[in-house]
Amino acid sequence: MSESAFQIFVNALLANNFVLAMFLGLCPFLGVSGKLDTAFPMGVATTFVMLVASLCAYGLNLLLTAFHLEFLRLISYIVIIASSVQLVEMVLKKYSPALFRALGIYLPLITTNCAVLGVALFQTAREYDFVQSMVFSFGGGAGFTLALVLMASVRERLTLSNVPDLAQGTALSLMLAGILSLSFMGFAGLGG
Amino acid sequence: MNPSTANTWDEFMEGVWRQNPVFVMVLGMCPTLAVTVSAINAISMGVATLFVLVCSCGLVSLMRKLTPKEVRIAVYIVIIATFVTAVDYAIQAISLALYDALGAFIQLIVVNCIILGRAEAHAAKNPPMSAMINATGMGVGFTIGLLALGVVREILGAGTLFGITLFGAGFQPWVIMVLPPGGFFVLGAWLLFFAWLERRKLRRAAQPTEAGQHV
Repeated sequence: MSESAFQIFVNALLANNFVLAMFLGLCPFLGVSGKLDTAFPMGVATTFVMLVASLCAYGLNLLLTAFHLEFLRLISYIVIIASSVQLVEMVLKKYSPALFRALGIYLPLITTNCAVLGVALFQTAREYDFVQSMVFSFGGGAGFTLALVLMASVRERLTLSNVPDLAQGTALSLMLAGILSLSFMGFAGLGG
Repeated sequence: MNPSTANTWDEFMEGVWRQNPVFVMVLGMCPTLAVTVSAINAISMGVATLFVLVCSCGLVSLMRKLTPKEVRIAVYIVIIATFVTAVDYAIQAISLALYDALGAFIQLIVVNCIILGRAEAHAAKNPPMSAMINATGMGVGFTIGLLALGVVREILGAGTLFGITLFGAGFQPWVIMVLPPGGFFVLGAWLLFFAWLERRKLRRAAQPTEAGQHV
């Protein structure tokens, strides 16, 4: 059951979108999607962390399998992800302090973004080879960014409209996410 | 009731009701929405999380004086990951069907913000007993939240409850409810319901309701 790289990419981007179909990474999805200016950089930063983490996880998994230490997989993946988040944080702090401040607390929280750990765990469970893993993590990251940007655009428009008092806040965001998720279901079967 | 038991009860109820992780704090959304397609999955996930939460909060609290402040998050994560690995293997040994149903979400308990949040906000500052009571309350609250979602989604989406068929042959299952969008809609509806309850309570008694209730 070898999937082509293109199939994996389309599946991760649209048909099995990480946020809207697999419920991974909902905390930043609901937290950072208030404004388009922060949503897009957040998506890019997460994608970058995903790529680095996926790369390291692939190498590490070879090592763990060679030494029959599979039970350490979860712990070592988490440590890898935490380190790559630190790396992204340092790079951003140096080259774009404004963005660094805008993302604030959500940047270290990428560590506990289940989408990142999800990528590493899924690529191991599905036994993807190196190229497949990289394509999968890039597709997943792009899908996360897409969902975040779509959501932020909708929410920016909503600030101008008249919403019942009771539905303000999280309930409204969840309803929106449901509708977005409904429309993404139209992509089912696209990746073959 | 003497003051100390009242205090313990208060600490327990904080997680179950006033600070319910699902409905009030809206934390740990990923497992909440992903596994609640049926009531039995929801309970299993809740119990697994409860176990990890109580064990890791207890250990974090025992080690709170030994843990250097700078690396505390890393220490917490490793503690949590250890217990999650144990739960992962335990579920695999007990029921393979359940393991397949919950999938990667058992391992993803590691990144559940509720656990790290409790470790950081409560267990790191309190003695083990108090930390574990607080963690139990949170875990029970989380399980109740999952169950509330799981029951609604299973009844509407499959017409069953705990696998028992509820309606006659004429029932048309509302399939969308067990698909991803249903999770968002049901949780949104629950939040609306609680917002409405809160509003009604405030209107009935024009005084602060929550603060004085258990004191």
